[in-house]
Amino acid sequence: MSRRLPRWAIALPVALALAGLSGCGSGEPAATPDAGSSSAAGGGAGEVTVFAAASLTGTFTELGKTFEAAHPGTTVRFNFGSSATLAQQIVQGAPADVFAAASPATMKTVTDASLAASPVTFVRNKLQIAVPKDNPAEVDELKDLTDAKVKVALCAEQVPCGAAAVKALDAAGLKVTPVTLEQDVKATLTKVELGEVDAALVYRTDVIASAGKVTGIEFPEADQAINDYPIATLAKAPAGDLAGQFVDLVLSQQGKDVLTKAGFEAP
Amino acid sequence: MSLDARLVVTRAAFTLDLDLHVAAGEVVALLGPNGAGKTTALRALAGLTGLSEGEIVLDGRPLHTLAAEQRPIGMVFQDYLLFPHLSALDNVAFGPRCQGVPKAEARRAAAALLERVGLADRAAARPRELSGGQAQRVALARALAVRPELLLLDEPLAALDAHTRLEIRSQLRRHLADFDGATVLVTHDPLDAMVLADRLIVIEGGTIVQQGTPAEVARRPRTDYVARLVGLNLYRGVADGALVKVGEWPLHTSENLEGPAFVAFPPAAVALYRSRPDGSPRNLWQARIGGIERHGDNVRVHLDGPVTAFADITPAAVADLDLTPGQRIWASVKATETHAYPA
Amino acid sequence: MDFSTPEHAGPPGPSAGSGGRRAAGRGVAGRLPWMLVLPAVAGLVFLVLPLAGLLIRAPWPTLLERLAEPHVLEALRLSLACATVATACCLLLGVPLAWLLARVEFPGRRLVRALVTVPLVLPPVVGGVALLLVLGRRGLVGQWLESSFGVTLPFTTAGVIVAEAFVAMPFLVISVEGALRGADQRFEEAAATLGASRWTVFRRVTLPMVMPGVVAGAVLCWARALGEFGATITFAGNFPGTTRTMPLAVYLALETEPEAAIVLSLVLLAVSVIILASLRDRWVSAA
Repeated sequence: MSRRLPRWAIALPVALALAGLSGCGSGEPAATPDAGSSSAAGGGAGEVTVFAAASLTGTFTELGKTFEAAHPGTTVRFNFGSSATLAQQIVQGAPADVFAAASPATMKTVTDASLAASPVTFVRNKLQIAVPKDNPAEVDELKDLTDAKVKVALCAEQVPCGAAAVKALDAAGLKVTPVTLEQDVKATLTKVELGEVDAALVYRTDVIASAGKVTGIEFPEADQAINDYPIATLAKAPAGDLAGQFVDLVLSQQGKDVLTKAGFEAP
Repeated sequence: MSLDARLVVTRAAFTLDLDLHVAAGEVVALLGPNGAGKTTALRALAGLTGLSEGEIVLDGRPLHTLAAEQRPIGMVFQDYLLFPHLSALDNVAFGPRCQGVPKAEARRAAAALLERVGLADRAAARPRELSGGQAQRVALARALAVRPELLLLDEPLAALDAHTRLEIRSQLRRHLADFDGATVLVTHDPLDAMVLADRLIVIEGGTIVQQGTPAEVARRPRTDYVARLVGLNLYRGVADGALVKVGEWPLHTSENLEGPAFVAFPPAAVALYRSRPDGSPRNLWQARIGGIERHGDNVRVHLDGPVTAFADITPAAVADLDLTPGQRIWASVKATETHAYPA
Repeated sequence: MDFSTPEHAGPPGPSAGSGGRRAAGRGVAGRLPWMLVLPAVAGLVFLVLPLAGLLIRAPWPTLLERLAEPHVLEALRLSLACATVATACCLLLGVPLAWLLARVEFPGRRLVRALVTVPLVLPPVVGGVALLLVLGRRGLVGQWLESSFGVTLPFTTAGVIVAEAFVAMPFLVISVEGALRGADQRFEEAAATLGASRWTVFRRVTLPMVMPGVVAGAVLCWARALGEFGATITFAGNFPGTTRTMPLAVYLALETEPEAAIVLSLVLLAVSVIILASLRDRWVSAA
């Protein structure tokens, strides 16, 4: 999947956004609208601001270019980040047009605040076991992760990939003691890429995006923990119709092609 | 414990080059104007400034190869540099502690030294709680506490006010007399040098211009700087018997000399007249008053003319003569009041 | 304190000249200059307002209940312990480094000084990745650490300390170096003439004289370590009890339960403010 950006280009912006938290001795309240958010510029007629889950960075960037080509004079601005953070920002009044979340739960934060109606599931994502290329712990099924000698990284339960991992492990009736609970899927994947852990549960799309740096292993229990990605236009969308048109593009065959090539499954 | 040193320190715009010999128990004062290299010489002896050339030998042992902390020296700094975080007692005990003396013993020795300098009751005080005179004595005690063979004092009285200075000067003199090692003292104050030192070494521009006992130096200055310090009019000329020609100006003296010579006389020996006096003092010249200023109880008159000179007269004489700057006046000095010596 | 002028060593009474000068320097009374006061107040408001935001939004009714949760205390204890040990490590390594930078002439000193500040400008997450690349299981040094000693730092409490020390050390070094440069080196010379070796000079003269700078640096260092997030989560990971410090707990709570995040933040803030304020009082009164 050479269309995707190099992994650092994806990991770093996410990382930098998180780094902002570390400077102040405590977490900031989610009340602060993201200063880096492009939407601060306001919703000009030719501008769509899309808040999207970090795992959509590559595909949505590509779709954004397609959209701009189809609507000359229009700019698509993205704010990629953790779905939960994005949802908080929207609730606190960040001027977004479209929200694409990595889980129905985070979308619910926004719909509960009556800021979006009728979200549509546009893709689904499935977990894989990611192992370093040389697979030092010789992992080939989910049960291997229970071995105490195998260092495992999982996403924290609070983020969608962590919730999915718990669901899958529960479904398999397995108990895994990870060495770390990472704050997002990219960080989890990085630990595998660097060989710091022997295995991790991440999304299939992330394995594909790593362009061969890690090996993905399918496992049957993943079907029990499929993650739905909902998308919705926001009630107060400054861009109006353009927002709906962007969602239409994502739901179109063209959108599906881009997304499935990146490893997402159609709903 | 005698010191033999040749100190050469070369800097970009300055070279210090002097030979220094100090006998055991002797106090030598390095005297000179600012920038003459006095402090540099002292720092070189202490090992705080490296020698470019030369050697320092104390009792036959070379010191210049040793680091400052290994030299058997004690040093009193101009502003004392007492450690602000330590009490007076611990400041004095610092040196012995560095030499490995056990704490209790070092403090006992320090207390004894403080007692000797009359500060037993200030042992617990921090340096900032001490008066200038007290701090000076603590600094001296601290330097003596390491039982040095060479004692170095950098302007030890310069930071004191006039009153305290008088008192501390005489105390310091006593302590220096008790010290049996060699002492090198740096000062720019002639009085300090005269009172404290057995021998003066006058440094100008990095080299020795004159040395001798305080009495010798005071009586026979060899540079304008020294003459000013000791308060003499000084001229350099060529002697032919009792006559010394300073440029074209003949000066009659009471000594018989041949060749290059100095002539010195005190300002008080100069007499002033509104008109040419009767009788004939041998040295009489017409001068112009360059300035008038108070000088102690007297008035010092600056005279321009064939030579420049200072004259000290009483305030009453100033009134009698009705002196004003710029005025022309006659000046004389008796040959018997002058002192001539070979240059 | 300035000992370079003789006036300070002189007696307070008789030296009328210096006394008069000091009195004149202090005697600038009159109205406060609004050019300074207005921005000062604005600056204070800017710094304090976010804190007020936290206080206002805090879920006061459930506060105690949330605080009593074992994982909160666990994270707090871990945070305090790691920040303290990291500060101790920084003191052990950073004070000598500051001394080297301030006192020893060596080629490339300016470059070294610039390098010391790298962790300040490096985004902490990048710092964490850099640490992984060096000290990680497959890192340049980490590989050797594991094969020779069986030690791995990532995902351990020691890893948290390493990450915090890496990010916080520049604060200490810069503060101590500044204090060393400001200290009058002639006191060190005086100590040398009294027979003190360079180590003794450092221990008994230099260090006590720059102690206020060391303490200020250590406090900054500790505060920075306490709030460390990016490098910690990247290098040491995040696991309750071993590596999940307060900032990490705050971040994760933010994902699902913003109110819990506020509570955790307040706990961290309160504890650090109490500790720093008490330290400061002690030092101000001692000085």
